[in-house]
Amino acid sequence: MRVTSFHFMPYRELPADFAERYPSSFVEAPWWELGDADKVGQYYSWSLDELMHAARLGFDGVGTNEHHQNVYGFMCNPNLFGAVTAKMTRDEGLDVAILQLGATVAATSPPIRIAEEYAVLDCLSGGRLIAGLPLGLGVDANVSYGITPIEQRGRWREAIELMLKAWTAKEFFAWNGKYYQLPRVNLWPRPVQQPHPPLLVPGAASSSTWDYCHDRDLPYAYLSYFGGRSAEAVMDRFWDRAEAKGRDRNPYRASFLQLVGVAETDEQAEVQYAKHLEFFYHNLLHVPPGLLAPPGQSDYRSMLNLFTSNMLEFSDMSTELKPLRARDMIQRGFAVVGSPATVRDQLTGMARRLNVGHLMPVLQFGSMPHEMAMRNIELFAAGVLPSLQRLFPEDEFENRWWPKRLTKTAAGGSR
Amino acid sequence: MNVTVETLPIAHCGFEAKVKVAGSGPPVLYLHSAGGPGWDVFLDALAGEHTVYAPDHPGTGDTAREAIHDVDTLWDLVLIYDEILDALGLTSVAVAGSSYGGMMACELAAHRPERVSRLVLLDPIGLWRDDAPVTPYMLLSPERLVATLFSNLDAAPVQEFLKVPSDPKEFAVKTADTIWSLGCTGKFVWPIPDKGLRRRLHRITASTLIVWGRDDALISSVYAQDFADLIANARVEIIEGAGHVPQWEQFDRVRPLVLDFLR
Repeated sequence: MRVTSFHFMPYRELPADFAERYPSSFVEAPWWELGDADKVGQYYSWSLDELMHAARLGFDGVGTNEHHQNVYGFMCNPNLFGAVTAKMTRDEGLDVAILQLGATVAATSPPIRIAEEYAVLDCLSGGRLIAGLPLGLGVDANVSYGITPIEQRGRWREAIELMLKAWTAKEFFAWNGKYYQLPRVNLWPRPVQQPHPPLLVPGAASSSTWDYCHDRDLPYAYLSYFGGRSAEAVMDRFWDRAEAKGRDRNPYRASFLQLVGVAETDEQAEVQYAKHLEFFYHNLLHVPPGLLAPPGQSDYRSMLNLFTSNMLEFSDMSTELKPLRARDMIQRGFAVVGSPATVRDQLTGMARRLNVGHLMPVLQFGSMPHEMAMRNIELFAAGVLPSLQRLFPEDEFENRWWPKRLTKTAAGGSR
Repeated sequence: MNVTVETLPIAHCGFEAKVKVAGSGPPVLYLHSAGGPGWDVFLDALAGEHTVYAPDHPGTGDTAREAIHDVDTLWDLVLIYDEILDALGLTSVAVAGSSYGGMMACELAAHRPERVSRLVLLDPIGLWRDDAPVTPYMLLSPERLVATLFSNLDAAPVQEFLKVPSDPKEFAVKTADTIWSLGCTGKFVWPIPDKGLRRRLHRITASTLIVWGRDDALISSVYAQDFADLIANARVEIIEGAGHVPQWEQFDRVRPLVLDFLR
């Protein structure tokens, strides 16, 4: 298994009545009432330190992503932060993947800007980039960046095609697309990895994204905050679709994101992480569904699939999570919280059940202070990571979706 | 009311149009609002004196859901309506539209002034004032949307509209259809419902009736005078006790106003 330390870079301090005072953590949280630029500088710096700590302690990758106008996570361009991790890991000789999960091509105009930035990261990291290709949340792409919801998916597909051609073409070309037109393309720089860096498509249970992945033999990252048990219905359908499309059950086709808190004992972990969990689920996930995905953003088939399948537990995170306390969140498995042994057993069981070869633990969440996050990373690295990395050995399961330069350190190999 | 659906192959964008047809008498083209096509008491009233043609916006009603992806721009959409009128054999026709449909009625009348004999606008969108911003209706929860649309919730047509199917599958389809319809129409108004109509309204020659609910919380009734100032031959009727859908909220008041105007 490959394990990437993933970070959102959240706003770590909010008023106790945040969720009553404001209708949403995205768009509707006013900077002029809540934001402090000096604190933000500190948060960014801590977050980078936390990622680098994980890189030094043996994680396979470090991951960042893109969101806008919110307190939930505000890396407006993940490649700014990817540039820092690429340079620092290069200088320290750390063989970790730079996972950008990622820049939103559909909301960037022209999208070859992302092709350029990803190429920069691949050059700077010496071929360690994994190029994440998120469709992007509606609230980010449509509301914050003004992209027409019903065009977002079409833009995303076209932008990826353009990006791949810009990375690989050995001739000048003109792009006359439906959404983008460019008179002459000759991208500088281009990636180290040939023909291009491995791609990874994150999603939030939309069936058309699964089909997109299976049709193109691409891996899928299911981004959920509701843990392994709630992901079973989604990932079972993902694997059913894989089978229907003639794809094998290679676990490296799938990634899963998971909030994790480790302490010396289960009791200590629950006490220590409780308020940071509640901060995350009550404040940072305070987003009404209409804002999250404006009409047209989800395609008709996926929407109907979602409404008739009862596949997702919460249709309105801004109200339905409020009655839950940290203990409920842990019991329901939203977050994996406990001693190293508990966390190891739960994550191992989850990875096997979901058949997921790539785990993306989030080890700083909500209001968790820097020192606690650093300790969490250390405990995870010492007591959980080695067991996970022994799962799905790569001499048994081929991982075609990881930077080639890094595959030689796979578990069962020289690690 | 006996409503039939006509299928019309349209050359522009390869769109297969679906047009609801009912009644008899001089023709009226009716363009529906962002929430999607339906048949209501107001259309019944129109059909009492007219042949009503009510096309479904691409992607909604009886049209193919994916059809919207072949209609790239507002101009394409206007040309589709022009070709629908060709296919229906209507050289000159009265056009009515509610909300988003009112905006499209204006676009059609500005594009082909000679083709539109009379124009009825029911709380149309399409203009923007910084001092009275249009509510971003696509971002509202269902509850907030209902509160924004209506000031007279008790009106029978409003109550009819608010009924939800008891069958879960039917409810899922209805919900998906409504959201998709907001998305399909939203393609031509996102993110700000101002696509330059202000610069085109002067081209409209049709005698125009502008009906507006006094308490409209989606687009303020102050816009009524803006439309009237920009359209050469327009009259405003403000409806007390109504919000964004006066033809439902004060049906008995709006019905004769519109029918008299079209006579």
